[in-house]
Amino acid sequence: MGLFILRRFGVMLLTALCLTFVVFFLTNLYPNLEKLAKTQGNQRMSDEQVETWLENRGYLQPTLIKYGQWLGVMPGYQKVQEDGQVLGTCTRPGSTADNTPRFCGVLQGDWGYSSVFKDEVGSIVAKRLGNTGFLMLCVLVLMVPSALIVGVLAGMREGSALDRSLSTFSIITTATPEYVSGVIFIAIFTSSTVGLKWFKGTATQAMDNPTFENFFLPVLTIALYGMGYIARMTRASMTEVMTAQYIRTARLKGVSFPNIVMKHALRNALIAPFTVIMLQFPWLLNGVVIVETLFNYKGFGWALVQAAGNNDIQLLLAISVVSVFVVLVTQLISDIGYVYLNPRIRIS
Amino acid sequence: MEPLTWTGSIAFLNPLLMVALAALILSIVIWIVGSIVLPEEQVTVNPDGTITSSSGVRNLTNLALRYSFLACVALAVGYLVLGILMGTSAGIVGAISQQFLPVWMALIIMFAMSIAYKRRLGLYGKLYDSPIGMIGFGLVMFWVFTGIFGALDLIVTQDPLAQVSGMKNKVPGTPLPSPEDGQYAWYLLGGDNLARDVFSRMVKGAWIVVQIAPLATMFAFMVGITLGLPAGYYGGRLDTFLSFLANLILAFPVILLFYLLVTPEIVATGVPNYMAAVLFVFPILFLTVLLNSRYYTRPSFRTPLLIGVLGVTVWLYLSLISTNGYVINTDDYSIWGLPTYLDLFDVPGGILVVFVSVVFVNSPTVFRIVRGLALDIKTRDYVAAAQTRGEGPWYIMLWEILPNARGPLIVDFCLRIGYTTILLGTLGFFGLGLPPESPDWGSTINEGRKLLSIYLHPALPPAFALLSLVLGLNLLADGLREESLKD
Repeated sequence: MGLFILRRFGVMLLTALCLTFVVFFLTNLYPNLEKLAKTQGNQRMSDEQVETWLENRGYLQPTLIKYGQWLGVMPGYQKVQEDGQVLGTCTRPGSTADNTPRFCGVLQGDWGYSSVFKDEVGSIVAKRLGNTGFLMLCVLVLMVPSALIVGVLAGMREGSALDRSLSTFSIITTATPEYVSGVIFIAIFTSSTVGLKWFKGTATQAMDNPTFENFFLPVLTIALYGMGYIARMTRASMTEVMTAQYIRTARLKGVSFPNIVMKHALRNALIAPFTVIMLQFPWLLNGVVIVETLFNYKGFGWALVQAAGNNDIQLLLAISVVSVFVVLVTQLISDIGYVYLNPRIRIS
Repeated sequence: MEPLTWTGSIAFLNPLLMVALAALILSIVIWIVGSIVLPEEQVTVNPDGTITSSSGVRNLTNLALRYSFLACVALAVGYLVLGILMGTSAGIVGAISQQFLPVWMALIIMFAMSIAYKRRLGLYGKLYDSPIGMIGFGLVMFWVFTGIFGALDLIVTQDPLAQVSGMKNKVPGTPLPSPEDGQYAWYLLGGDNLARDVFSRMVKGAWIVVQIAPLATMFAFMVGITLGLPAGYYGGRLDTFLSFLANLILAFPVILLFYLLVTPEIVATGVPNYMAAVLFVFPILFLTVLLNSRYYTRPSFRTPLLIGVLGVTVWLYLSLISTNGYVINTDDYSIWGLPTYLDLFDVPGGILVVFVSVVFVNSPTVFRIVRGLALDIKTRDYVAAAQTRGEGPWYIMLWEILPNARGPLIVDFCLRIGYTTILLGTLGFFGLGLPPESPDWGSTINEGRKLLSIYLHPALPPAFALLSLVLGLNLLADGLREESLKD
């Protein structure tokens, strides 16, 4: 088991390296750098000015060297201008040649400087992740229990009225992407035309002061889309368990139906949904980006949109590292948890 | 011109519909509660061997449900038929159902023909045995026909890009201030914030989805199958390497990938063209290997067949990837492609990048499914029999394993078209790829949501259109799964 986890961590590291290199390569293509120079410097810069701007800040070095500098295995680029201003990869506004570190990369714990927010990437990501973490927590608290309940109720009597109506419900939710359900919810519950002003259409205030009124709609929007899928998986696994031999034995020896469901079926039926829930995280990440844009909640997804829209290289890299980490860790947890929950599987 | 109301002169049906809907909801609730609370029916065996179930309260709830459902359906059909006959005098509902007349005709003809010949149509015919599959297929075909007829300018009432002054954010049914001769006199579903017709834009948006989504899914399947079959069949290093690559792409958050790939800057560097050049090779590879592995024992038949098929596909491939005589045309360098006089069609850069990225995002998932199926099926006896016969590995993969994996693959194909539709909407929602004035549903939702607290009508029609199409695809997949399991 220890070796298995170790090997998975190795693969994880390799994946993260490959992915960050891809992101690095794409953001460092010349047209993207040109856009960065024009948004940071001046929209009306000529081609030569753009080139000197990029040259001075070390953007025109070979990609591999720049990637090494970002990782922290190569010394950072530095250039002292004629007016004494220090430019380069490791500099911050106001820093001088003396207090600029020689290495500044991920290995040194320095995630870089965001060109959009004019702040340290590390602190931006931490703050935005805090916001999104709270959103995700609420989503999970709402989504997982209700999805499991829906799935178990639908799966315990296959083909019954309850099963059919709950299955229809879960198919409808899986067919409604966040940007559709969010728009419908906003239209129904917040607009002045319909008149049901139950909730607020934006979640901007929810960052400081989350209340039911301003925070429930974003949570519901993300939760619904993921819920249908988990519920269908739970239903499939529950119906499979309910046709198993030991359930029939339990029925024949006279155990009551609620007891069969609660004591005999539930634990075995919940193995498959567990992995599904874990693998659902990457999709939740997607939903978070859409919902944060839709409801103007300034979290991780919102930062992603801002960073990508303005080609903020270092913020984008940090964001991709975090999201890749989330995806791979949840995969690892799902594998380990699967082994733990299902004693028939052993990893050698 | 008078502004149209929703139902016009057929408003007498509204109270009836309300009653029927209330009855339907009530009977569904009673049906669900009844299935939990009421005791199961007693089944008695008659002396002659038949069984009868006692007609208890359960049957009563079933009957109530069925009749209230039928009443709702009959009323809906009534709205449509009266609408088709009366047109705009039956309000917005009538006008819209009249505009959709070609779609209704096509649907009726298709369903009548299919039901008449369903026993000879294989899996497609069996679909008509499952009500869920039929509803799903109906929804899907509704939007397919809408897309096709919309592209032929049959359904649309106005130019989807034209702005008419005085129609900004007007409510559904508003008449045009000064309609010209031959111009439709109303904005049936209102105007958006640039004074364009919401109804026509929704119809035109269907064509974009109907064009891109199935084709992109098919390409993703070709890529996934061509790589997934050998990965599952051979295993070993190849499998490890390909699975690592697939996991790499899957670990990317989709939206981040879109934001990196689908920008004008990336289009300018030619990266999408390179990706297109690589991804679109796979269908050719797939077809070549498919035909060669089957017919290589008969060279006199194989060689002309392959020359013909390869000639056509390579021509299509080259015209797909080359635009204005270049495969890649950036400021710094360019690569020559097919000369313009041989180029069959040009794909605009924006559409190409959307297409490529959607294929790119979907193919790893297909790869994983195909690989899993191949791993499972390669242990079967008929594969061992083929190996003993001395068949080549590609013959076994493409003519033994693939046909036996078709059930799950067809089901996943339907689901994946729905997912691709959602992805296309996501791209539009973030304003990526497609031009800003494009009438696709995602972009329209994105534009409409900005004024959502005041004006509902620009955002809701495309939202419901997308919802119903994806729902239809999901239901279709469910029906297909049910029917293919019965085999």
